[in-house]
Amino acid sequence: MRRILSVIAPVLALAIAVPALAAEHEAKLYTPKGGWSFQGPLGSFDQGSLQRGYKVYREVCSSCHAMNLLSFRNLGEKYGPFYDEKFPNPADNPFVKTLAHDQEAPAIKGINEETGDVEDRPGLPSDRFPDPFPNEYAAKASTGGYVPPDLSLIVKAREGGANYIYSILTGFVEAPSDVTVPDKLYYNQSFPSHFLGMKPPLADNKVSFDDGTPSTIRQQAKDVTTFLAWASEPKQTERKRLGLWVMAYLIGMALLAYGSYRRVWKNVH
Amino acid sequence: MSGQPSTYQPKSGFTRWLDSRLPILRLAHDSFVDYPTPKNLNYWWTFGAILSFMLGMQIITGIVLAMHYVPNATMAFASVEHIMRDVNYGWLVRYLHANGASMFFVAVYVHMLRGLYYGSYKAPREILWILGCIIYLLMMATGFLGYALVWGQMSFHGAVVITNLFGALPLVGESIRTWLWGGFSVDNATLNRFFSLHYLLPFMIAGVVILHVWALHVSGQNNPIGVDPKSEKDTVKFTPYATVKDGFGVALFVVMFGLFVFYMPNSLGDVNNYIPANPLVTPEHIVPEWYYLPFYAILRAIPNKLMGVLAMFGSIGVLFILPWLDTSKVRSMRFRPKAQIFFVIFVINALILGWCGHNPPDKFAIPVGEGGLTFVWLSRIGTAYWFAYFVIIMPLLGIVEKTRPVPDTISSPVLSGAATVEKA
Ligand code: HEC
Ligand code: HEM
Repeated sequence: MRRILSVIAPVLALAIAVPALAAEHEAKLYTPKGGWSFQGPLGSFDQGSLQRGYKVYREVCSSCHAMNLLSFRNLGEKYGPFYDEKFPNPADNPFVKTLAHDQEAPAIKGINEETGDVEDRPGLPSDRFPDPFPNEYAAKASTGGYVPPDLSLIVKAREGGANYIYSILTGFVEAPSDVTVPDKLYYNQSFPSHFLGMKPPLADNKVSFDDGTPSTIRQQAKDVTTFLAWASEPKQTERKRLGLWVMAYLIGMALLAYGSYRRVWKNVH
Repeated sequence: MSGQPSTYQPKSGFTRWLDSRLPILRLAHDSFVDYPTPKNLNYWWTFGAILSFMLGMQIITGIVLAMHYVPNATMAFASVEHIMRDVNYGWLVRYLHANGASMFFVAVYVHMLRGLYYGSYKAPREILWILGCIIYLLMMATGFLGYALVWGQMSFHGAVVITNLFGALPLVGESIRTWLWGGFSVDNATLNRFFSLHYLLPFMIAGVVILHVWALHVSGQNNPIGVDPKSEKDTVKFTPYATVKDGFGVALFVVMFGLFVFYMPNSLGDVNNYIPANPLVTPEHIVPEWYYLPFYAILRAIPNKLMGVLAMFGSIGVLFILPWLDTSKVRSMRFRPKAQIFFVIFVINALILGWCGHNPPDKFAIPVGEGGLTFVWLSRIGTAYWFAYFVIIMPLLGIVEKTRPVPDTISSPVLSGAATVEKA
C-alpha cells in the first residue's frame, strides 16, 4: 500500500498545484466590506439591504434591464424584501400593492376593455416587473448596440456569483494608459474582456436611502447585488433553514443505522 | 447460492392461497431475506443498494417534475424557473433530481471500480457485468437527455455538440443526425423527443436492473477475497445482516446527498445553464456535466472527428469485453500486487482525463516556461493508458504476474499461508 501511496502523492500534488497557478491570471473579484448577509449555511438576507437594493434596481437598472421572472408579489414573500408577517399572502401587503401601483417608467401595459387599446395602467401585485424595451432591437438602439441581459438569474448565471456582480458594478476604473477603449465600450477591471457595453450605472448619492445609509457607489452596489442574489433564488433562505432540520434528521438516522448494524453483526466473526 | 431450496413458509391463509397461485412473496423472501451473502463484504458492496435507492429517487422526483415542466422550446426554461419559484417545494424536487443525477453517477463509478478491483466481472459473472455496462450506457443517455430539457445555454449547445457527433459517421451520419433532431437543427422537435425519451429510459434501466439482480442471484455475490463461499460458515443471511449494513451505507450516502441539495445545489452545475438557450450565441467553452468529462477528453484527444467518436464509444465498449481480456486466474486484486498499482494509476488517469475534459484543449495543463504540455496532449497520454490498461496490461499481467497466496475459504484467510496478506 505504501508503494501505491508514493504514486498517488505526487500526482495529487500536481493536480492541486496546477489549477492554482492557472487561477492567477483571471480578472480579480472583490467581496464588499462586511461580506454578504446571505453567505454560508446559516446566512439569510438582510432585509434593509434587500429594500435598498430593490430601490437601486427600480430607480437605476430597470431602465435598461428586465427581470422577467419576478412579479411584485414576490417582493412580499417570506424572507423577501418587503415581507411583513402580518400579511402572509403577499398580495395583501399594502407596501407591495403601492409599489406595483406606482410603477411608472417603464409602465405596466394592459388592454382597455372598452376600447380594446393597449394602454398604460396601474400595476397589481400579480404583475411581472415590466420590460424596459419592447424587443431587443429597441434595446440595442438605445444602449449603443449591446443588449442588457435580463437580471432575474444573473447571480446564478455568472462564475463568481455575487462577488462578480459587485466587482463589475464597482470596477469601472481608469483604463491603463497603454489600453485604448473602443467606442461605446467602457473599461471595467473585473469584466473578463475588460470592455463592457454598459455605462457606469452608479454614482455617489444617485439613489437616496430613506434609512440614512450613506449612498456610496459601493453601498449601492452591495445592496443591489444582495437584491439580485435574492431574486435569482427567492427560496434560498427557506432551503437553508429546512436543510438544518433535514441534515439533523439524516445524521440521526445514520447513527441509528450504525448502531443497528453494530448490534446485528456483533456475533459474526 | 442459487438452486438452494426455498425456506419460505406462508403463515396465514391468504399467503398460502397466494403462494400456490403467484409465489411472489416466496420470490421476495428467497431473494431478500433468506438469500446468503458472503460475510466478508466491505462497504464498497453497499453501493448496489445505494444505486437502487438513487434510481428510485430519480424516478419519483422526475415524475413530479414532469407534472409542472413544459417541453416546448419557448417555455421550457421558464417552466423550470416556475418550478423553482412558484411550485410548492418545487426547488427541493428539482435540486433533488439535478444533484441526484450526479450522486447516481458517483455511486455507479464507485460500484464499477469496486467490480474492477475485486474482479467481479470474471466468470461466472460476465453477463452480470455486461448488464451493468448496459445500465451505465443507459444512464449516460438519460443524463444527457435530461440535461437538455432545461433548455439553458449549456443544454442547447451541449445537445448540438453531441448530436453532431453522429453526423461524423460516414454515409449515414447526416441522415441519422436529421432523424435525431427531427428537423434540420436542434429545435422544438428535438426537445420534445428528448423529453419523451428521458421519461422512457429510466424505466428501461429499471428493467435491466431486474435482470442484473437476477443474474447476481444466480452467480452469487463476489467478495473482497474473490473466493466463492464454500460452506454456511462463509455466509450470513441477507436479512438482517446485509439489509442493515446496506441501510447504514445508504444513510451515510444520503447525508452527503443532502449537503449538496441544501447547501451547494449548483456547485456541480454550469453557470451558463442559467442563461436561456440562444442558438445565435455560443458559450465560450462548451463543457458537458462532470460525469462525462473523461470521455469528452478522449473524444477531443483524436484529431479526426470520426476516429474521436469511435475512440469515445470504444473506451466504454472495451468494458463489455473485459471479462475476456483479463487473463488472471486470481479474481481479487487483493492478491495481485502489480495489478493494484496499475489499477490505482487507472483511477488517477481517469481523474486526469476528467480534468482535461473540463479545460480548453490548447490551454497548458503543465506550463513550462513559454510552452508546456497542453490539455490535448495530456488527454492523448490519458487515452493511451485507458486503452492500454484494458487491451495490453490486463491480458499480459494475468500471465506474468506473481500473485500472493489466496486463502481457501472466506472463513480461513488467517490460517493458510495468507499471514502475509495485507489488511486492506
Ligand atoms: C443605460 C442602460 C443600463 C443601465 C442603467 C444598467 N445597465 Fe447593466 N448593462 C447594460 C448593457 C447594454 C449591458 C450589456 C453589456 C455588454 O454585453 O457588453 C449590461 C450588462 C450588465 C451586466 C452583465 C455583465 C456580464 O457579465 O455580462 C450586469 C450584471 C449588469 N449590467 C448589471 C446592472 C445593474 C445592477 C444595474 C443597475 C445598477 C445596471 N446594470 C444598469 C446597460 C445598462
Ligand atoms: C442503475 C444502476 C445499477 C444498480 C441499481 C445496480 C444494482 C446492483 C445491486 C443491488 C447489486 C448487488 C450487489 C451489491 O450490493 O454490490 C449489484 C451488483 C453488481 N453490479 Fe450493479 N447496479 C447498477 C449498475 C452497475 C454497473 C454500471 C455495473 C458495471 C458496469 C455493475 C456491475 C455490477 C456487478 C459486477 C455486480 C456484482 C457485484 C459483486 O457481487 O461483486 N452494476 N448491482
